[in-house]
Amino acid sequence: MIALQKRARPSQLMGYLAPVIALGITILAGLVLFAALSVPVGAAFHAFFIEPISSLYGLAELGVKAAPLIIIAVALSIGFRAQVWNIGAEGQLILGGIAGSVVALAFYEVEAWYVLPAMMIAGVLGGMSWAAIPALLKTRFGVNEILTSLMLTYVAVLLLSYLVSGPMRDPDGFNFPESRLFHDAATLPKILSGTRLHIGALVALALVVAGWVLLSRTLLGFALRVNGAAPKAGSHAGFNQSRLVWVALLLGGGAAGLAGLLEVAGPIGQLLPTISPGYGFTAIIVAFLGRLHPVGVLFAGLVMALSYLGGESAQITLNLPLAVTGVFQGMLLFFLLATDVLINYSIVWRARRVA
Amino acid sequence: MPPTSSQNTDASALVALHNISKAYPGVLANDAVNLVLEAGSIHALLGENGAGKSTLVKILYGLLAPDTGTIHWQGQQVSITEPNVARQLGIAMVFQHFSLFDSLNVLENIALGMGVKADDTLARRIVEVSERYGLPLDPQRSVYTLSVGARQRIEIVRCLLQDPKLLIMDEPTSVLTPQEVGDLFETLNVLAEDGMAILYISHKLEEIRTLCSAATILRGGRVVAAADPRQESVASLAALMMGDELPPSSMRKPHKGTARVFEVAELNVLAPDANTVGLRDINLHVSAGEILGIAGVAGNGQDELLQALAGERISDEAVHIKLDGRPLGKLDAGARRRRGLCCVPEERLGHAAVPSLSLTENVFLTGHHRRDLRTFGLISYGRSKRFAQDVIDQFNVQCQGPEALASSLSGGNLQKFIVGREIMQAPRVLVISQPTWGVDAGAAAAIHKAIVELAAQGSAVLLISQDLDELMQATDRIGALCAGRLSDFYLTRDVTVQQVGLLMGGEALAGAHDGVVA
Repeated sequence: MIALQKRARPSQLMGYLAPVIALGITILAGLVLFAALSVPVGAAFHAFFIEPISSLYGLAELGVKAAPLIIIAVALSIGFRAQVWNIGAEGQLILGGIAGSVVALAFYEVEAWYVLPAMMIAGVLGGMSWAAIPALLKTRFGVNEILTSLMLTYVAVLLLSYLVSGPMRDPDGFNFPESRLFHDAATLPKILSGTRLHIGALVALALVVAGWVLLSRTLLGFALRVNGAAPKAGSHAGFNQSRLVWVALLLGGGAAGLAGLLEVAGPIGQLLPTISPGYGFTAIIVAFLGRLHPVGVLFAGLVMALSYLGGESAQITLNLPLAVTGVFQGMLLFFLLATDVLINYSIVWRARRVA
Repeated sequence: MPPTSSQNTDASALVALHNISKAYPGVLANDAVNLVLEAGSIHALLGENGAGKSTLVKILYGLLAPDTGTIHWQGQQVSITEPNVARQLGIAMVFQHFSLFDSLNVLENIALGMGVKADDTLARRIVEVSERYGLPLDPQRSVYTLSVGARQRIEIVRCLLQDPKLLIMDEPTSVLTPQEVGDLFETLNVLAEDGMAILYISHKLEEIRTLCSAATILRGGRVVAAADPRQESVASLAALMMGDELPPSSMRKPHKGTARVFEVAELNVLAPDANTVGLRDINLHVSAGEILGIAGVAGNGQDELLQALAGERISDEAVHIKLDGRPLGKLDAGARRRRGLCCVPEERLGHAAVPSLSLTENVFLTGHHRRDLRTFGLISYGRSKRFAQDVIDQFNVQCQGPEALASSLSGGNLQKFIVGREIMQAPRVLVISQPTWGVDAGAAAAIHKAIVELAAQGSAVLLISQDLDELMQATDRIGALCAGRLSDFYLTRDVTVQQVGLLMGGEALAGAHDGVVA
């Protein structure tokens, strides 16, 4: 029978291989699922994984979707390393989008270079402010940040829908729950003409590098890692745990807020009742798929971005429901958590033991 | 009570363990242990950490299989292969850590543990048993609303419902308040009068003296003595537990330094929960070149003292802790290190070092405060690695080099590494707890030598230890920590092991002693 045997030491190879294995099993399971739905498997595979990236426009779209995922996941993985479980990035993203939009609309008549930077700062601060609530509750009262950050996401969704149907609604918008379209000075410059790829992709790359340096070379990153691996050793070394909780949450909130701003000022161009297809939640999967390492997150972000594009493409060409995207993302996280066992255990065949 | 070396076929014995041995890689946890328990007696199993108490009890409860040896239950040889067999024989055990579901009520928890239905019959039986033995319990209360003492009562009642003939209690008072301890003892006495045998595992000498009618003392996996604790003093029990051969008295020449480098005055630390000990009125001072020893049985506040001195807990007032006359009670651990106060906590993995990080990263952990291990604010792995290599070379640490994970080192080598890491930072004061716990003799000697040399260079050393031999040999003055209070300090060469044993039991030394140091 199959048995799991504890390894003498964690396998480094499996650390890298587990996400790849998980991805493979996810694709297999997905194809089995398509077959069960009597969808032609070959066509489904092509629609999901090949077609979306077989044109320049498709590749640019991959960047558009991957940018917010990577931006958020880099920051989340830094927090997760410190065992701070901010799972409310979606709400922080929305607050960033709102704060950035407030600046965009306040400077509606202004055509100046400083509008975009001001929006970005507002976006970061908006996300941080939302993340500061769980940070305060955790450090002051010991409230579990998983619950508070998650619940605040729903508050953020309702706040956004109140704002776009009330105070921030376009006065000439026929009562549609939308803000005004942002002016050119308040929208992101494109980096590839004919596509929607905007400077958010460059921001994401820069954050990958910054996250890498932070985690591996700075005292702060070291403190965060130690706090996650052995909190008592952290306090012995003089690292302030409350401060690290604040830093971890504010980093995640700031990055999510920036991602939200990049969405409203980039592909969307105005404030809508929905500004994210769940980037904040998907980024959690991206962080784990990328092994909580900024470079891993870069690749994982591209994979997950493909799942969004694949879902849309499968919807168009095969009439599959858009929920396919969620199914794929869920399966991937599920299999990833399962294959993580292989880091600490090896699979062995063992003769059935006589009781 | 017959001595434990008597024949295991003793007719009156409920259970007799004969010649039990159990080896783990590198250690003989039990070495030909004999133990006879009789109905109606409360029998203490006494020993320091690592003496082999848990191993023996796990064998008796079917959690471990002995390598050799036999167990007789009421005269019949039995083989206890798993806890179920033990329970069917009539052996019940209350573990140190409870297995209760917080969100369920008392009745449901007991039903789950016994594999029966949570019905009115069971509820009536719970009330019946709890009233009979003075274990107040409301079957409908949710567990999360209960105190630690009440949770322990659930575990005891759960055991009693199975009508055991032998009840094993593993360090039951370590989590209880003094009031709860008193209640527990009354219950145990009633149970013993009813004819139950109780095996009581502890290293708290005073409570064994008041509760138990027989004691088996383990040291290094062997039975070293069987005693009637009511006839013994705390000091004599301590001597039995820790080894009665008199260690050579302090080998140290009296140090010459007089300047008080390190002073602690009226330090108080509140215990945040029932599992920790608070510190009361801690006063001590250490001079340059001096090694001050603090003895004490585990769990009397040693961890809390180290954390308070290290800065893991900040004091209320800065003046409570002074280094070279400068108050640093309000500073955090990093700032205290920069002033020259370095510490080595007892727990090697997870407190002194991060198991999943390399030795290079682990020297950076505490070393960056006093050594220049950063370039433009960024971690210099090159210099950290060289520092780690220096520690490895200087302290002869057996490992695969600076990139080895801390968790891959043996206990002794990791301890040498950690002690070396602190000593090579040239601290003004070194506070070091249990430096040779679970460490082989060679490593222990190397660590002692390093500590003595550090003092010889003019640093002040505070050595917290449960190892009396170590303290008697290495320290200039000695005192003891008991229930969070420090005794007076005495010149080590003027006191005997027995006298230190008294200090460890919280008793003052009778009369004015020559060696009293104010």
